Amino acid sequence: MSHDHHGGGGATVATGLRRFALVGSPNSGKSTLFNALTGLRAKVGNYPGVTVSRYEGVATMPGGAVVVEDLPGTYSLDAISPDEQIVADVLHAGDERRPTPDALLVTVDATTLRRSLAMVAQVLNVDLPATVVVTFGDELAQRAGRLDLAALGRALGVPVLGVPAADPRAVDALRRHLADVSAWERPVLPPPTDPAETRVWIDSVLAAADYAVPQRDRRTARVDAVLLHPLWGSVVFFATMFGFFQVIFTLAAPLQDAIEALFGLLGGLVAEFVTVDWLARFLAEAVLGGVGGVLVFLPQIALLFAMIALLEGVGYMSRAAFLMDRVMARFGLEGRAFVALLSAFACAIPGIIATRSLPSARDRLATMLAAPIMTCSARLPVYVMLIALLVPAEATLGPFGAQGVAMFGLYVAGALAAMATAWVFGRLGGRRQGALPFYMEMPPYRLPRLRTVVAAVWDACVSFVRKVATIILTTTIALWALLSFPLHDAGRLEAAGIDPTDQAAVAAYTLDRSYAAGLGRAVQPVFEPLGFDWRVNVGVIASLTAREVFVATMGQIAAAEDPEDPGTALAAMTVEDGPRAGEPLFTPSVLASLLVFFMFALQCFATIGVLRRETGGWRWPLIAFGYMFALAWTGAFVAGRVVGLLAP
Amino acid sequence: MNPVSVALAQRDLAVRPGSGQSVPENSLARLRRGGAATIVRVLNLGDPAASRRLFDLGFVPGAHVECVRRAPLGDPAIYRVADYEIALRRAQAACIEIEGAR
Repeated sequence: MSHDHHGGGGATVATGLRRFALVGSPNSGKSTLFNALTGLRAKVGNYPGVTVSRYEGVATMPGGAVVVEDLPGTYSLDAISPDEQIVADVLHAGDERRPTPDALLVTVDATTLRRSLAMVAQVLNVDLPATVVVTFGDELAQRAGRLDLAALGRALGVPVLGVPAADPRAVDALRRHLADVSAWERPVLPPPTDPAETRVWIDSVLAAADYAVPQRDRRTARVDAVLLHPLWGSVVFFATMFGFFQVIFTLAAPLQDAIEALFGLLGGLVAEFVTVDWLARFLAEAVLGGVGGVLVFLPQIALLFAMIALLEGVGYMSRAAFLMDRVMARFGLEGRAFVALLSAFACAIPGIIATRSLPSARDRLATMLAAPIMTCSARLPVYVMLIALLVPAEATLGPFGAQGVAMFGLYVAGALAAMATAWVFGRLGGRRQGALPFYMEMPPYRLPRLRTVVAAVWDACVSFVRKVATIILTTTIALWALLSFPLHDAGRLEAAGIDPTDQAAVAAYTLDRSYAAGLGRAVQPVFEPLGFDWRVNVGVIASLTAREVFVATMGQIAAAEDPEDPGTALAAMTVEDGPRAGEPLFTPSVLASLLVFFMFALQCFATIGVLRRETGGWRWPLIAFGYMFALAWTGAFVAGRVVGLLAP
Repeated sequence: MNPVSVALAQRDLAVRPGSGQSVPENSLARLRRGGAATIVRVLNLGDPAASRRLFDLGFVPGAHVECVRRAPLGDPAIYRVADYEIALRRAQAACIEIEGAR
């Protein structure tokens, strides 16, 4: 599986430097090598015109900096998927759409040498200098295998270097080797491409390199006997998934408290030292309130990515995909789509990116359109706030807290809805395209590389903080302005019967006549049937950028109504206009409508952006937004009516 | 197009033309768990590119293959070929003709 994680972000890397491309099959240690060479300075971009991501990084060499490009993992240059086509195209000097590398590094897993040589034979037919990097040599020795690297180099006619994963001395040796490409030996004759001749060539190379096949990994066989057991394997699988969520929610809690405490402290400093009233309110409500309310999710995102990287690095993700394949097949998908949908529990963006491991374009699209429905961590604060209003904290269902049960129910409902969506889109797409073959390598269990896990977590945190610093900060500032203006002078206030010295009354009057109120009232016809009022509408509109913004917005509105105790103000809100005026705003039926609305609606600019990037156009993001809004509105309407009948 | 890829796509695997959709009597899909056999050839049950990919993954004539394990519901299954383990669905295993099953 190639669920690649690389540090950093951005678009392109300096040009004019010597370029090296990493070529190899998935699980060959290619991305580990890439991280070791480039550190956390990789840039993630896109190949122009296609929906395949491009990873590049600058690596420092004795002879100066070079660019290293990590090509998608592939088993053959005989491409059958868009990712593999990219590899074939990049290696073709006549293809002017993308820069051809100056030299290739072909990663080869020493424990699967026989299969890997088939790919080496293909790559050595490309007219570019190449070095074969043999990984997992340490594992080969442990499993009583044998390989003479120097003899392999003579048999292949190209330089061969052994780089056991992340061995710093071996990586340094590789750096020195990269400094002088002109000295690299080139094969006199390229290996054959004819199937029968290739088999003979592979046998002769293996014999010349004195290759002894490693023994079966007994540890992997023993662990698989349990983890893939029809009964125990399923038990362990569900326990793992349960533990996955326990870690996200319980381990993250103290870290989240710490972040909240920090922002509380900053808020106190603002109140104490900023004497200009509007500036203090701007800093406290728009900047600290908006950013702090969202940054609390950083620990959860970091933990989630750490766990996905760990499970991936250990080799369990392939096992989970193997166990789930038959179930996923029911929904027209394959096991690897399960991993993508699981990632979407954190955030739709890694889920959508993880679909790159799906060779079938049809499966990829169906999974990408389903991923945003999975309950992502951005929905979590919204759910927490709405459930707290809907279900009393002390209520229980049997031995479980009712709030927890409600949350679990929302997760299950989201997962079922996502699977159903994938099934529908798979059926729609299946008529146009045949199915690709399903195959999935089962690598031995291995210790995950710390560096890979750190890179995955770093990558996720950087992009989340960037989202907070840009989209969410801009939105909360704009909203604060819309909610706080226009201002009214004392004469106007007195004319309306408001005491200009009563701050709470002035704030409520200003809010009710703000630009935001006008906007919220303008869209009222759309949301009227769902029982929303203009304040909820403002929250929903604002949350189109990112769902968490809903919490920040409702917090701003409540704080404007009662700065001392916004929580109580929120619960006690009453409808201001229309036939329900004076009645409580957050009735059970309105809360149910809101929960269902947030379950389905595609309120996330970042997801729309990634969908556009991965599908190569605006068509699919627009379709996704449209169908999800329709589902959200209809579902919210039905849920509101049903709950209204049950709990009037 | 990369000329190497073009040459690879023209490989002739000596596959039999599609013999309908039925699973052949002596296909890898019929190999019991723990059983081993020798691959005779990769059949073309629809998509020639899929057959070539199975070939590139190590399912080559003469290779030794074992069925290591089946998923809880019988499909997919993990096979050991070319010294590594790979999971295939029944549809792909059905394309691989074997002999000497034991």
